[in-house]
Amino acid sequence: MKFLKFFLIVIILFPLSSINAEENDIRNKITKNLRCLICQGQSVYDSDSEFANSLKIVVDKKLQEGLSEDQIYEYFKTKYGEWILYDPGLNKNTYILWLLPILIFLIGGAIIYKSFIVKK
Amino acid sequence: MKNKILPFSVIIIFGIIFFIFYKGLEDSKIYTPDVNTKKEIPVFNTKEFFSGENVKSSRIFEADKVYLLNIWSSWCVPCRQEHPLLMNLNLENKLNIIGMNYKDNLKNAENFLKELGNPYKEIFIDLDGTIAIEWGAYGVPESFLIYNNEIIKKYIGPLNQELVDEINLLIK
Repeated sequence: MKFLKFFLIVIILFPLSSINAEENDIRNKITKNLRCLICQGQSVYDSDSEFANSLKIVVDKKLQEGLSEDQIYEYFKTKYGEWILYDPGLNKNTYILWLLPILIFLIGGAIIYKSFIVKK
Repeated sequence: MKNKILPFSVIIIFGIIFFIFYKGLEDSKIYTPDVNTKKEIPVFNTKEFFSGENVKSSRIFEADKVYLLNIWSSWCVPCRQEHPLLMNLNLENKLNIIGMNYKDNLKNAENFLKELGNPYKEIFIDLDGTIAIEWGAYGVPESFLIYNNEIIKKYIGPLNQELVDEINLLIK
């Protein structure tokens, strides 16, 4: 009987804890991608400032409301601007940021190709 | 001739990059959100400061009226500095100043108002700081000039005489 009770408790608790862990994972992922505006250079996840703590509460609330990760980013973007995200999306302000590495790679490749391969 | 072009262009490119980065050093690295964009004010539920009753934001902010929302806290030192200016603003014109008490101990907040005066027409509380985030604020003090349920201007940090003059100009 004791064993049955224990078994039941494990069965009941197990899926709950895994759901919880999943929610924590996504919450940590989101707060790691949000920049703390008070303590600039730190993520909200790392920071313990008043602002960061409130932001964590808001992220929790939004997750409970069923918003997706992108929807939460979008919400903070409208409130604070693109800068709050560590991982900015591709738009007219950031296309140089995204395309420059590719451009440099192509130019570098062209130089290497010209000076080493064509010469031979 | 051909051999000379490559090193020469490399030097020029490095020169340009160095110049851009050197100029970049002068820019401030402290980011402040845009303060001039017009935005609709958020909708939220909160509690009234003195009575503790639930209030809706739509009841506090009416259309066709000018409001100054001031986020304050008794533990915030710059709030203490700007408080006399708010008192003056309240006396000099009919601007409705709304207070938002940010993450505060209510007893301390009441003592703060007793000591320095109460310029606010209405005060509501934000215990966990989430309403401030709805407003796009990230610290205390911050002030929002509101007209017709729209944020006209946002002031980050304590108000000073210059900003008060600007507010007076804007609301005329």
